[in-house]
Amino acid sequence: MARMKFICDAERCIECNGCVTACKNEHELPWGVNRRRVVTLNDGIPGEKSISVACMHCSDAPCMAVCPVNCFYKTDEGVVLHDKDVCIGCGYCSYACPFGAPQFPGQGTFGVRGKMDKCTFCAGGPEANGSEAEFEKYGRNRLAEGKLPACAEMCSTKALLAGDGDVVADIFRNRVVKRNTGAEVWGWGTAYGSKQAGQATASAQGAKK
Amino acid sequence: MMHRLAIVMLTGLLCAACSEKPQTLGAAHDTAAYSGTSNGFAASGWQAGDKNSWEQQLRTRGQYGMNDHARAPN
Repeated sequence: MARMKFICDAERCIECNGCVTACKNEHELPWGVNRRRVVTLNDGIPGEKSISVACMHCSDAPCMAVCPVNCFYKTDEGVVLHDKDVCIGCGYCSYACPFGAPQFPGQGTFGVRGKMDKCTFCAGGPEANGSEAEFEKYGRNRLAEGKLPACAEMCSTKALLAGDGDVVADIFRNRVVKRNTGAEVWGWGTAYGSKQAGQATASAQGAKK
Repeated sequence: MMHRLAIVMLTGLLCAACSEKPQTLGAAHDTAAYSGTSNGFAASGWQAGDKNSWEQQLRTRGQYGMNDHARAPN
């Protein structure tokens, strides 16, 4: 198996926030903690694009690199998880993460920042799989139940894909080929402009003429 | 008298050591996801503890649940 990955299809995301709701409900997250959120570029302007963002389970995770107490670990499937018993809530991971994934509950005494919370790819934590202790700290462990993350499985337009990197890449590639509107993956070209992104392939342009 | 005092102090030291929390740095070791769960919510169609079966289950579930091009008629 390749690494577990998320891909969000910006052509399909309709900013319904179903993924955000599914995540909060599945893991019974407290008020103020959003492991996933939907980001929209050019909001309100025709052609706006939305993507659902959470922890991307980086191959070379900056949160792991900066954690002073080494509370992060990576599973064999490439899912970045952390141990809340070791976390000291310093927030370094929050500054290091380019996606804003680490969340800090604010119900501590005098508003003190609590232990870090983030997307677990629905893989729980170091406690026994499916145990009460694991649910209390990290939420449901759907991977151990033979299921995929709730956000992707609940996505109404199937914009958010999650699972084995090879599988989700194949699904996304097939969509892009079928749509035949050129490279669509959310990346450098989308953010900074590209001659290729959003343009039909040469064969498609030839067919139109 | 000195002998008794030494025993009391030694006992105190031993008790203090027993209450010490482990201070090893780093995260605890996690159980592999393919080992399954006993919470009763596991999806059917795969064998807990069998890694290949678990991987196939996720692949099948992913294709069925997310690849609508494979399900819809062309």
